[in-house]
Amino acid sequence: MNAFRAILAKDLRTELRTLESVPAMALFAATTFVLFRFGLDRTTLEGSLAAGVLLATVLFAAILAINRVFVAEREQGGFDVIRLAPVDGTSLFAAKVCVLAIYLLALELIAVPVFAILFGVGAAGLAPLAAVLVLADLGLATVGALVSSIAVNSRARDLIGPLLLLPLLVPVMIAAAGAAEPLLAAGGPAYGEFGQWMAILALYDLVFVAVGYAVYDFLLED
Amino acid sequence: MSMESALEPSTAAGTHGGPEAVIALTGVRRDYGERPVVSDVSIELAAGQTLAVLGPNGAGKTTVLRILATLLRPSAGGVTVLGARLPSEAWKARGRIGYLGHQPLLYRELTVRENLGFNARLHGIERPEARIEELLGRAGLARRGGELVRNLSAGMLQRAAICRALLHEPELLLLDEPRSHLDPAAGVIVDELLGPERGRSRVIVTHAVEAGLVEADQVLLLRADGIVAHAGPVAALSPGDARAVYGGAVR
Repeated sequence: MNAFRAILAKDLRTELRTLESVPAMALFAATTFVLFRFGLDRTTLEGSLAAGVLLATVLFAAILAINRVFVAEREQGGFDVIRLAPVDGTSLFAAKVCVLAIYLLALELIAVPVFAILFGVGAAGLAPLAAVLVLADLGLATVGALVSSIAVNSRARDLIGPLLLLPLLVPVMIAAAGAAEPLLAAGGPAYGEFGQWMAILALYDLVFVAVGYAVYDFLLED
Repeated sequence: MSMESALEPSTAAGTHGGPEAVIALTGVRRDYGERPVVSDVSIELAAGQTLAVLGPNGAGKTTVLRILATLLRPSAGGVTVLGARLPSEAWKARGRIGYLGHQPLLYRELTVRENLGFNARLHGIERPEARIEELLGRAGLARRGGELVRNLSAGMLQRAAICRALLHEPELLLLDEPRSHLDPAAGVIVDELLGPERGRSRVIVTHAVEAGLVEADQVLLLRADGIVAHAGPVAALSPGDARAVYGGAVR
């Protein structure tokens, strides 16, 4: 737990000092929403289209952070620092999942209001939407941390990361969009299949958290 | 004796070498792709002794050091460090080794103190402030401890890296060119910091052949192709071995 807290604090302190990830993600998301607004030539969005635009934007913005989350460990010897210490490699995995999840939550604090303003989304659906985003963020962060720690050792990490990541995240997108769609419906939020999709999202998160804990020590080793 | 007790690390260490061996390498080979970088390395180091690893560029000195640090797996052969068989028991040795490599292993966007504090937490050191200040003072970094690592000169960075390697008071020091980037005055400070105090064992990779031999009890001399030219006590090293590796470049 000590190592987990130390790595988490180190990463958050570095981000606050350098502002490398979250501002880039927020700027990307805002720009993408503007492009959708003019590309679709719509001032309002609802239902599946609204859910798709929001979640696809969050997903692509997340890739910016996922690509960078292990770069310092790779370039500045952080992997060796962890392996030289008497700590479990899963501390690193858990800390990186939390770092990515915090970045995503910070992104959404900015991106969701911008999305709501640009596309006339009512406030009523935003509170339950937050629950969908939290579970989706956990899935993105868990799979992102796993894939990034594999891809970071490759010279083509900016290509390999997304190529491995995007297929693995299809179930997250399906479940999150399924849960978000009725919340963003034209007549106000509905909760028909909301619970089922949320259960699928939670199950996906649970599976990949377990996979991460099972394999991460092996991923860290030479 | 049960099968389990027959496989206990202390016994295992004894099969490689003497029961007091801090390090025991037996027929170690490491390949990168198809190419062996080092081959058939066998040597032992007793507690409190110093091993000098010598050889020309590309001979595999750093590879040997990284295997001992548990950072690289050997492709073949047996490795025991501090009673732990590697790689399967690496967790037993980690935290007891101080490693100074080519990279300082410090985060550029943190200060020197923050880096040392981070390492102290990883090593479970309770209230590390006094230890950090002591090391910074001894390394001549007390006034620079609040600076970001990315703003340090190469020499200051090397001193900070030495503080990191010593922070948890390791039993075994693995040092790759510890005096690189240091001016003569800093070299004296570093010699004092990295000396063989309190029975600490050391492995030093160096290109300063004569100085390395003066410090060492044992020597591992590698040829450019990674083949061992000499492995054993310094006293047993013949001038011919050194000439075979370095030609006329060393006396």
